[in-house]
Amino acid sequence: MSDTPTNLHYRLRVNGVERDVADAWLGESLLHVLRERLGLPGAKGACEQGECGSCSVLVDGTLVCSCLVLAASAVDREITTVEGLGPDGALTDVQQAFLDEGAVQCGFCTPGLIVAVHDLLDANPRPSDLEVREALSGNICRCTGYGRIIAAVHTAADRRGGA
Amino acid sequence: MTTVDTSARTGLRPGVIGTNAARPDGPPKVQGTFVFSNDLHADGMLWGATLRSPHPRARIVSIDVTGAWQIAGVETVITADDVPGAPTYGLISQDQPVFAREVVRYRGEPVAAVAADHPETCRRALAAIVVTYEVLDPLTDAEVAIAGGHEPIHPDGNVIRHQRIVHGDPAATGAVVVEGTYEIGMQDQAFLGLEAALALPDPGGAGVELYVATQWLHEDRKQIAHCLGLPEDKVRLVLSGTGGAFGGREDISLQVHTCMLSLRTGRPVKMAYGREESFYGHVHRHPATVWMRHHATAEGRLVKIEARFVMDGGAYASTSSAVLINAVTHTQGPYACPNAVVDGYAVRTNNPPCGAMRGFGVVQACFAHEGQMDKLAAACGLDPVAIRLRNAMRTGDLLITGQPVDSVAPVERCIRETAALPMPTEPVGGFDGDVLRLPGGTGRTADARHVRRGVGWGVAIKNLMYSEGFDDYATARCRLADGVATLEFATAEVGQGFVTLAPQIARTVLGVDDVLLEPMSTRIGSAGSTSASRQTWMSGGAVDAACRKVRERLFEHVAADWGVDPLRLVVEGTDIVDSMAVERRVAVAEASAGVVFDETVEYRHRPTEDLDENGQGHCHVAFAFVAHRAVVDVDVELGLVKVVQIATAQDVGVALNPLSVLGQVEGGIAQGLGLAVMEELVITDGRIRNASFTDYLLPTTLDVPEVVV
Repeated sequence: MSDTPTNLHYRLRVNGVERDVADAWLGESLLHVLRERLGLPGAKGACEQGECGSCSVLVDGTLVCSCLVLAASAVDREITTVEGLGPDGALTDVQQAFLDEGAVQCGFCTPGLIVAVHDLLDANPRPSDLEVREALSGNICRCTGYGRIIAAVHTAADRRGGA
Repeated sequence: MTTVDTSARTGLRPGVIGTNAARPDGPPKVQGTFVFSNDLHADGMLWGATLRSPHPRARIVSIDVTGAWQIAGVETVITADDVPGAPTYGLISQDQPVFAREVVRYRGEPVAAVAADHPETCRRALAAIVVTYEVLDPLTDAEVAIAGGHEPIHPDGNVIRHQRIVHGDPAATGAVVVEGTYEIGMQDQAFLGLEAALALPDPGGAGVELYVATQWLHEDRKQIAHCLGLPEDKVRLVLSGTGGAFGGREDISLQVHTCMLSLRTGRPVKMAYGREESFYGHVHRHPATVWMRHHATAEGRLVKIEARFVMDGGAYASTSSAVLINAVTHTQGPYACPNAVVDGYAVRTNNPPCGAMRGFGVVQACFAHEGQMDKLAAACGLDPVAIRLRNAMRTGDLLITGQPVDSVAPVERCIRETAALPMPTEPVGGFDGDVLRLPGGTGRTADARHVRRGVGWGVAIKNLMYSEGFDDYATARCRLADGVATLEFATAEVGQGFVTLAPQIARTVLGVDDVLLEPMSTRIGSAGSTSASRQTWMSGGAVDAACRKVRERLFEHVAADWGVDPLRLVVEGTDIVDSMAVERRVAVAEASAGVVFDETVEYRHRPTEDLDENGQGHCHVAFAFVAHRAVVDVDVELGLVKVVQIATAQDVGVALNPLSVLGQVEGGIAQGLGLAVMEELVITDGRIRNASFTDYLLPTTLDVPEVVV
């Protein structure tokens, strides 16, 4: 794309690994760079406005919508995506609970929800029903009606409490 | 959360029918590695983008694309002049242009497309295309279309279909008469996984392979091939990961454009809509105005229903004629009624096109007939539950089309079981006045002292599968070798879970544990559409039939070995057993070692009929019934609403996968709740005013209440 300046070079630390971003355009969102340049398509784009939560990732431990973050502004930050949650490809407890409770249908919102639930349970291991609903109110799911998702959060919390 | 037992039925082998078998696509979906159509990538790939009309109705004076060609990185620019085959497409009538020629009929109609090296280059290229329009007076009022008050906006005219139903005695009257006019807004499917596809051209442009998220691969292929001027076998479709559908992927959106760009450039091309474009790029639920007048005896028994439906189909026909028929034939709801006079219109306007969305016309009818039942209850001095029980349809009752409901019709049971479910424990206005529990939530100012609680009922009948004489079938293939079954079908998995059900069926029928699935593609025959509540029945029926045919072959093979009649053999667990000598048994894995049985079956439901001019005919195949009870808190001063609980009993037949059924029930309720209290595409002068998730409000975790099933 020679019409626009794509001469930007920078490094991002994603899931514990330093990654080079070369020949980039400054206007690219973190979501675009993760998906199109770094081969990490787990974060999904569904609204481009920070409304649906499908693109949720952690930047320095803070849950953000990666569609609203300029990739170049995340230099020197610790970025964690859904691909980086489980050790060596194994399922996390939250991922397992989603499967056990039938919380997955089309699955498009799922990675964003998984990141959001990890963020919730890491901060609040025993959330009330209302706390779960509030924490996940920024993640839209069009398939499930949320019932199985909320059940999965409680199941994951119960299992953590029992461990 | 719910009273349903979501654990597997005890005593069943894991993974068979009746268990909560796990989704095979579950692990990649929770880990983010499942490949949705938006995730596709090919080496040397270009991006495609669409230029759309800014006007709801205009004459195209000229299109100048030279500016786009001058931008470095742009590889091709196409318009209506470049369509190699048929210039139009459509599901029922082919009335929609691939690209607008001479006129545009809705805001957002495709006018041109580009392929370039980066999405940003595409955006700039579209901005550099100069289209000169002569803006015309748009037709945006459905009643004007019916009255003939506007010149035809399309060669096919402004009325897409008119259907009348006259049943029983049209002059009958009742002691009690209630009437009302009900308006239903335009709803968007708002599937999360936006439209996307990747096209790979064959060398020399002889054909094309398209990876796409859709509901019906073969129907897409038929329309694409027609517009590309290619034989169907030169257009190969493979289903890519589909992030929901809900009717919004039944029509073509970017399919032909992506293939054209790819064939023109000889390179892989990916198109992916953003959310705003998606709102313009697919059809919506028909907005409707429904007038109904119910006549009943003093005791509240229905005597006659009069109704008039006006459904705005927007600029192109899509499935409007079928949606209309679904609406008018469900006028009575799940209630017996001997007489009816109904007029229904689906019309063409310069509003956004409308077509399939979950419920497909029945939702509009249901909103009206349930409003009427409440009015009738009040007029007769009856409780809303009592009036519904009094009129509840039973097996054998006639629809107003003259068709008997010859399947199970447990309307009364659905209502009674719903009524017996516990009411919410949450006090009116929420626990401790927590603002999150108040109508309007934190952002509003509901006062707990002004909150009142109400209870509402919604009971419905919904047809299953395709109607009106459509040759509706599904194809499936089963291959058994060495104890492993491999299934192939073109059934679009859009999230509903057929990839879970199909192996469950194979495990049950064949007594195998290992079931593999081939990719869903046009390599095998059509499975029909993933819509109309049909795939579990239709593709499930095809998988079942294919597995049974393989089982027959396996029985013949084993029976020949044993020297017995194959009819004596049955599958028990993972063994084949001689039912006349049960000690004689062999494991299916062993019996199928070294042999291959491979069968393909087309499964059809019973034929249906067209409606005659009076709307009479056996046009539907089968029906399902549901009852809902909604408990709602309302701030009576501000009008803010909070749904506290929804209880439901639904006639789902045998639950092949109870957890999956529960997910469908809860998900359907959330979409219905959205339509009822939150969602509406606001259209002004043919323009969508809220084409974003900031302005088109979808139910979140704080909007969807506890669901008791």
